Amino acid sequence: MHNFLEIVALSIGVSLAATAAATAISLPLGTALAIFPFRGRRLVVVLINAFFGLPPVVVGLVLYLALSRSGPLGALALLFTPAAMVIAQTVLAIPIITALVHRASERAWARYGDELITDGATRLQAVPQILMIIRADLVTAVLAGFGRTVSEVGAVILVGGNIRGLTRTMTTTIALQTSQGDLALALALGAVLVGISISISATVFALAGRARTAGSDEV
Amino acid sequence: MMKFRNLLVLAATAVAINASSATEQSIVLASTTSVEASGLLANILPQFTAKTGITVNVVAQGTGKALDTARRGDADLLLVHDPEAEQAFMDEGHGSTRRQIAWNDFIIVGPSVDPAHVKGGSDSVAALKAIATSQAPFVSRGDKSGTNAAELRLWKVAGQTPDGLNKEKWYRDIGGGMGQALNAASAMDAYTLSDRGTWLSFNNKGSLVIAIEGDPRLINRYDVIELDPQKHAGVKLAAAKVFADWLVSSDGQQAIGAYQVNGQKLFNPSAASPK
Repeated sequence: MHNFLEIVALSIGVSLAATAAATAISLPLGTALAIFPFRGRRLVVVLINAFFGLPPVVVGLVLYLALSRSGPLGALALLFTPAAMVIAQTVLAIPIITALVHRASERAWARYGDELITDGATRLQAVPQILMIIRADLVTAVLAGFGRTVSEVGAVILVGGNIRGLTRTMTTTIALQTSQGDLALALALGAVLVGISISISATVFALAGRARTAGSDEV
Repeated sequence: MMKFRNLLVLAATAVAINASSATEQSIVLASTTSVEASGLLANILPQFTAKTGITVNVVAQGTGKALDTARRGDADLLLVHDPEAEQAFMDEGHGSTRRQIAWNDFIIVGPSVDPAHVKGGSDSVAALKAIATSQAPFVSRGDKSGTNAAELRLWKVAGQTPDGLNKEKWYRDIGGGMGQALNAASAMDAYTLSDRGTWLSFNNKGSLVIAIEGDPRLINRYDVIELDPQKHAGVKLAAAKVFADWLVSSDGQQAIGAYQVNGQKLFNPSAASPK
């Protein structure tokens, strides 16, 4: 498999980009949901938690129809490109990261909220402070999001098309090799996928742990 | 955190660059799974790209879905193998030209113990009748692919309707690609209809062997279809035409004919004399 590294790099690149995009949206969103009271907040929280189980193939199908040249976003010409896969994975990761951030923020807000407000902070100013307090939980939340994206096949195969050299990821390659009866090769690539996702998670986790024990503000 | 964030930005940029460079001089070819799964396209595309600089991005979907992808405007060119569905596509005005590039044949494969006693024959219809009578398990693609359509046409000649078949326990509609159907047939000791190309390059045959081959009804024709410029203004017609023309040119035909798996030729070029 001469293009093996290319496939691994694409998988990780797409998943990291999606995780980054989802993180940028989910961190402020999850904390804001814990801090700002508004009518219907409970419903929003329930929905986000329910979207934990969003079936990737449904996300893929909806995006497929939206990104299709005859769909509403067809002019962007994104279907069957890596960008379409990043969008799909971002949609899948947002509920997970948001829900985990919200849960941790709720706890931190219950404990430190009054204190922060007494110190003169507005609720908006409290958002970054709460995020700082729960920074250890953020690592778990972001890694959970990354895990969801890198292991997913249903959405990326629909919107990416499993094009050799362009949108073929590790998971879609495994699906393809299985369909060609190359079960041993598929299993070997599966082992690589598991190994890579475990080592990325372990590395980030260890780095975060070291930063915490060193008492650094930067996580 | 800063370093991690930099890494993310880097990855996002890399993906963006990758996406933009791929849109230059590249076309999307919606194809049947067999030309991809058999390794044919992976073998001949580099020759075409080296000559013309055009990258062909293959989305392998099965003929029914491939035609649908083109109807929606999401493909620039088609490589498919279901004459009836293709004719309907042309009648609807979606296609401009349709040319045969190659043929091979379908085969019926089954477990070597051969519960329906059909092994070694060449009459596909008689074999299907025997399979139905003995209620031996039969795997159907069930995915509106060209092979699925060919299978249902044969069953019709054998006196069976799709509705009737779907009520039978021995008839197993798996809704998947050719490889998945062969995997399923291998696991369930079932018969199935396969294109010869996918069969020859398939690596999990288990106890499956060829039961029926050589029936004239089992001919499998592959056509390249260019899209209608009026209906599909957004598609890259010029680059698609370059590839379609190459497939029927002597260079392209030679490349198709030269492709072998385990010393066996998988596709017979037939642009000059369509079957």
